[in-house]
Amino acid sequence: MVKLNKEDVLHVAKLAKLNISDQEIDKFTPQLSNVINYFGELSEVDTEGVEPTSQTTGLENVSRPDNLGSSLSPEEAISGSDKIHNGYFKVGAVLTERTDK
Amino acid sequence: MTNTPLTIKETQKGILEKDFSSVELVDTYLERIEKNKDLNAYITVCDEAAYKKAKEVDQLVKSGEENLIEKFPLLGVTVGHKDLFLTKGIRTTAGSKVLESYIPPYSATVVERMEKAGAVVLGKTNCDAWAHGASGENSDFGPAINPWDKDMVPGGSSSGSAASVAAGLSLVATGTDTGGSIRQPANFCGIVGLKPTYGAVPRYGVIAMASSLDSMGSFGKSVNEVETIFNVTRGEDGFDSTVKNTELFKPKSRMKIGIPKEYFVEGVDSEIADKVMEVSKVFEKTGIELVQISLPHTKYAISVYYIVQPAEVSSNLGRYDGIRYGNPRVSFGAEAKRRIMLIEDFEKAFNGVDAILAPVSPTPAFKIGEKAEDPLKMYLADIFTAPANLAGIPGLAMPSGFNKNKLPLGFQLLGPRFSEPVLFGLGKLYEDETNYKPGLPKL
Repeated sequence: MVKLNKEDVLHVAKLAKLNISDQEIDKFTPQLSNVINYFGELSEVDTEGVEPTSQTTGLENVSRPDNLGSSLSPEEAISGSDKIHNGYFKVGAVLTERTDK
Repeated sequence: MTNTPLTIKETQKGILEKDFSSVELVDTYLERIEKNKDLNAYITVCDEAAYKKAKEVDQLVKSGEENLIEKFPLLGVTVGHKDLFLTKGIRTTAGSKVLESYIPPYSATVVERMEKAGAVVLGKTNCDAWAHGASGENSDFGPAINPWDKDMVPGGSSSGSAASVAAGLSLVATGTDTGGSIRQPANFCGIVGLKPTYGAVPRYGVIAMASSLDSMGSFGKSVNEVETIFNVTRGEDGFDSTVKNTELFKPKSRMKIGIPKEYFVEGVDSEIADKVMEVSKVFEKTGIELVQISLPHTKYAISVYYIVQPAEVSSNLGRYDGIRYGNPRVSFGAEAKRRIMLIEDFEKAFNGVDAILAPVSPTPAFKIGEKAEDPLKMYLADIFTAPANLAGIPGLAMPSGFNKNKLPLGFQLLGPRFSEPVLFGLGKLYEDETNYKPGLPKL
């Protein structure tokens, strides 16, 4: 039986870049343990000699002729955001100014 | 007019014979949507776009053009699109406040093809946020309600689509099925739902959940509705590279239906199991042979599904973070192997039978709030639907009456990849044999 603790839940939340409250930690800890334990039953399946797959179509390396077609205009392409500057998306700064100069 | 037509045939007959116009039809549907707001079936209603299209339809009819139905198979058909399908100029939220004010600059292939075929979009239907859920309760816009019993969930994640069609708030609706999100709500709401073969209908322009499982399908009151939509929407679009134009299997003159023993186990509601067996007798009476079959890896489907699906979801949802995640994808090794074992289960079965008859959900519609606090129980709601997604095969959910609490019962037909016409044929056979007449709940 796997039992997740508070630290495990916080670690998962950090990886997912989610802020969760203490209340949510208490709620998710037993819930996630239950789910993980359920997966445990998979280890009883013998997969020796079975080919893995990640898809069902059997298609490989699909390509189409490299022809020009219509596409979204720059205005349409940025229409989903109201944080636009000179036709570009505005995002938060990733780097900060050096403080050691 | 007060009552809306219940089939594509009735709709088009009425419009062509000028019993009512497409605009009048839109009037009636919008009134019904407004009157039944408590069902919370719609997140966005788009009156303006609906009337614009309806006027076009009425113009076409007025022009007296020949063979309108052949040219426009969905002429005047009102549709609610699951709010996961991008609709140009119409807000698309995926049921999440993250996209609360997102207005897409283009439409999904399915939306565009249906519109070209004459469909009139009434609005965007409610769904579990990002299609994650099996009850509709996970929507940021509040849960949709089951029209047959307002204490019950309509199923999910295509909750509003199923509620809308069941309640006559639109003639048809689109949905997405990643682990059962069309078949299960169709089942809970007593209507027909089709999950097509993976790779039959383009996913382009539909907000992705788990890209190797997502199938684009539809809801209607009878088989003919979902069949018509399937024929309009299927085939390559140059955007979704998993779609191929393939010859479809045609029904044979002598058919065999398999009944998998793993779908009639403890935990399955006895009324549901009994009803499916009753349905099998209907087929047997027409000369179809029933065969007991085994799909031995069924019990592992849900675990495989819940490892593959969240891994794909996390990479798909990464894009809503503004900046992409830098972590490599989870290794698929063992799950990928178990997945192929499920596929082989089906392949073996389809060597001996043309289709499989099974329950859709182990229980009828459950009470709102009943399972929300127990994700594992909610996950198990998908146990009979998720295998078809992992194997990429089509499934047709059909209504088959009501249980003692007056909740809809139903069954699903599963077939090999690209065997939709076989499923439609069997579904229609069942409708004919049982003299099926679509109905509406008392609202």
